[in-house]
Amino acid sequence: MSTDTTKNTARNTGAASRTTLLRALTAAGGLAGVFSTFLAWTWTAEFPGDLTVYGYPGGLQLLTLVLALITTAFAGAALGIRGLRWLTPAGSTMALRGAALGTFATTWFTVIAIAVDLDGLVNLEPGGFVAALATAIPVATTFLLPDDTRPICRPKALPSWAEILIIAGAFAVGLYVLNYGIQTDADHPEPFIGYLIAVIFGALALVKSGLIARISALTTTHRSTTLVAALVTAVVFPFLQEKASFTELGVSIAIFATVALGLNIVVGLAGLLDLGYVAFLGVGAYTAALVSGATSSTIGVHFPFWAAMITGAVVSLIFGVVIGAPTLRLRGDYLAIVTLGFGEIFRITVLNLDGTSGPSVTNGPNGIPNIPPLEIFGFNFDDEHTFGGLTLDSNGNYYLLMLLVTILVVLVFSRAGNSRIGRAWVAIREDETAATAMGINGFRVKLIAFALGATLAGVAGTVWAHFQTTVVPEQYVFAGPVPPNSTFLLAAVILGGMGTIGGPLLGATLLFLIPKKLEFLQDYQLLAFGIALILLMRFRPEGIIPNRRQQLEYHETGQLDVPDDTGLPNSAVGVTKAEA
Amino acid sequence: MTTITTTNPVLTATGVTMRFGGLTAVRSVDLAVHPGEIVGLIGPNGAGKTTFFNCLTGLYVPTEGTVSYKGSVLPPKPHLVTQAGVARTFQNIRLFANMTVLENVLVGRHTRTREGLWSALLRGPGFKRAEAASKERAMELLEFTGLADKADHLSRNLPYGEQRKLEIARALASDPGLLLLDEPTAGMNPQETRATEELVFAIRDKGTAVLVIEHDMRFIFNLCDRVAVLVQGQKLVEGTSDVVQSDERVVAAYLGTPFEGDPGEAEAAEVEAAEAGAAGATGGAGLTNTTGATGDAGGTTARTEDEQ
Repeated sequence: MSTDTTKNTARNTGAASRTTLLRALTAAGGLAGVFSTFLAWTWTAEFPGDLTVYGYPGGLQLLTLVLALITTAFAGAALGIRGLRWLTPAGSTMALRGAALGTFATTWFTVIAIAVDLDGLVNLEPGGFVAALATAIPVATTFLLPDDTRPICRPKALPSWAEILIIAGAFAVGLYVLNYGIQTDADHPEPFIGYLIAVIFGALALVKSGLIARISALTTTHRSTTLVAALVTAVVFPFLQEKASFTELGVSIAIFATVALGLNIVVGLAGLLDLGYVAFLGVGAYTAALVSGATSSTIGVHFPFWAAMITGAVVSLIFGVVIGAPTLRLRGDYLAIVTLGFGEIFRITVLNLDGTSGPSVTNGPNGIPNIPPLEIFGFNFDDEHTFGGLTLDSNGNYYLLMLLVTILVVLVFSRAGNSRIGRAWVAIREDETAATAMGINGFRVKLIAFALGATLAGVAGTVWAHFQTTVVPEQYVFAGPVPPNSTFLLAAVILGGMGTIGGPLLGATLLFLIPKKLEFLQDYQLLAFGIALILLMRFRPEGIIPNRRQQLEYHETGQLDVPDDTGLPNSAVGVTKAEA
Repeated sequence: MTTITTTNPVLTATGVTMRFGGLTAVRSVDLAVHPGEIVGLIGPNGAGKTTFFNCLTGLYVPTEGTVSYKGSVLPPKPHLVTQAGVARTFQNIRLFANMTVLENVLVGRHTRTREGLWSALLRGPGFKRAEAASKERAMELLEFTGLADKADHLSRNLPYGEQRKLEIARALASDPGLLLLDEPTAGMNPQETRATEELVFAIRDKGTAVLVIEHDMRFIFNLCDRVAVLVQGQKLVEGTSDVVQSDERVVAAYLGTPFEGDPGEAEAAEVEAAEAGAAGATGGAGLTNTTGATGDAGGTTARTEDEQ
């Protein structure tokens, strides 16, 4: 027994020193990676980004630099260097693996892309080889390290100004990362692919290190600060864009994110699978177009925008009730099929209301072009406006208007979700029979969710029509390569996370931005969607941002009734219990 | 055990019949539950007890007959039945698994609160007051059922016995005048069954009448002022525990009547004689046991038989 203990101790000491060595090697590899980004990786500027300069990093090298710095910092934290240990509250090895893999993948992607794009390894400067080697070291060492994942310990209390600063910093970093992605060169896919790889692995590393959990804990304690920070981040966005096309991306993202959030009320909260949701966006857009005073509109009226918005909302509401009333008595699959049918009926009807196949309302396939720009109290949305030295172009105007609509929808979602009616929705989703036995009028409650979702989509549609300046029926299909379509919206909700506010916003951003930046994917976009969804369902069925309930479901450590780790007297009992 | 017949009944079912195609699951059952009463409903598996419950609570629309609560006929919609004041639990636990314990009970408050979508969106003082009141009442009920310290847990994570308790708390949240419990102790150990018994008594003492389906005979006969026996969709007998326990038809329904019918009485006598011959060692099988079932040990025997 005693010899055993000594042996164990000796082995433990050996293992400990080996771990320390590996961690030191990881740190060294990280530093070497940092150093390599200051070298030239290729000799010609033909490759996008400026990778030809000795002395400072450029283009894709920046991504390697950031990830290598993260790797070094995490390795420092793992080595227990004072001042760095707070970086890995949930254990360092998994975080290190994420960071090291990210550095490796980004760098090797860059190096390989250089070799492939420019035909041959000969185009690589020595710096490229240094980088490739340097970033491979941490991958090898981190996968030899033992897993030291631990539950997050209660952090040291910081003064509240520091916590608020951290939140602000987190939002600033988030905005910078998003901005970097939006501003990558759309003509070359390489920078964006590199960016995607870096972001995915970087996010993984941060999640594994426990930093994300820390920050989200901070955001729940400082709710109002977080809201202000989010608002400021969103408002600042258009002022940071150099090109109008970047702001335009922002407007589209805001619109689709808003519509996806509206769909999330129907799908995520009430559990009603709506496959024709885009039709309500279409109803709102067509209504706004018809009352906009456009020359090709068959109704010769010109409503002020607020009235057009209300009209769009009301018409969508009516459509929602008319569609919902007969169909919401159905459950599950039947409802999905009926809504799918409704979506197609809307498109085909609009296509046929052209004066020849049916009454002349929508101009059929030509749609309603030349919708005049919005004007609210003399503020023309097509003109540039300057406030205190900051210039807002047309897209910026629409972005800020759309932001207001997004805030409205976020408010509706959070308030309705956290109330008597919201609980009734979730109860219906969980078990409709039990819910009705608890006194919930299932039909009525579902109709409210359906109509509310339709109304919000209609509101977004009114802005969408003016922003696009034209509405055509072919935009409102079930599935297609160009958003919006019902599949896109549903995929955004599922990818992001059902029942959350952040989920659909993030999902819509990703699903819109990725195909826009990777134009070569255009033909395979639906295929890529399908593969992405299958992978998601396999590896993270709750979506990127799981809601609170699912978080409890998957991370039950905070629950008192979880039998492990609390007071099993000895391992023997534990074994019997586990076997029983 | 006093039966209260002078007061007006809380629940009256008259001639309730439920047919599914050619199958008559419940055949003209009459039942009355009076205020402050605990009534048991027993019967072998497949006797139609749960179907009868579903008829009472509006999940099924009875083919014939009416159900009235405090004198007014109940509408055949579950949510309206709950609103009227009849709450229920389910045989197979049907909690909202991904909601917290507190939220489950709050959903039970649904019919007793009025706040609609607009008030939720506008968040006026009325909304906040109503939410606070609902929460307070829900916590009271969790306190009452002993789940208060688990209010923030997901209901799926509760152990089995507590899930049953939560179902009762959720049903009580609608302030019912009558509570229908469908096998509240199924799968419980004796201690948990005892605790449930106490809980049901406490509910009765708070002024809620209880109608309970159960297979645990000891539980039923301890608890109930009156017991009705349902066999093959028909009410066989109704009365106090003693009446039911000593009724031969009840015993027959649970244990069968092996010596009636086809074998003929002569044959039966023959078998009996043969058994009497062999009785020395085994002490007589079925018959002695059957007699025992009518006596004090009836509860356990009947239960064992039923579970097979």
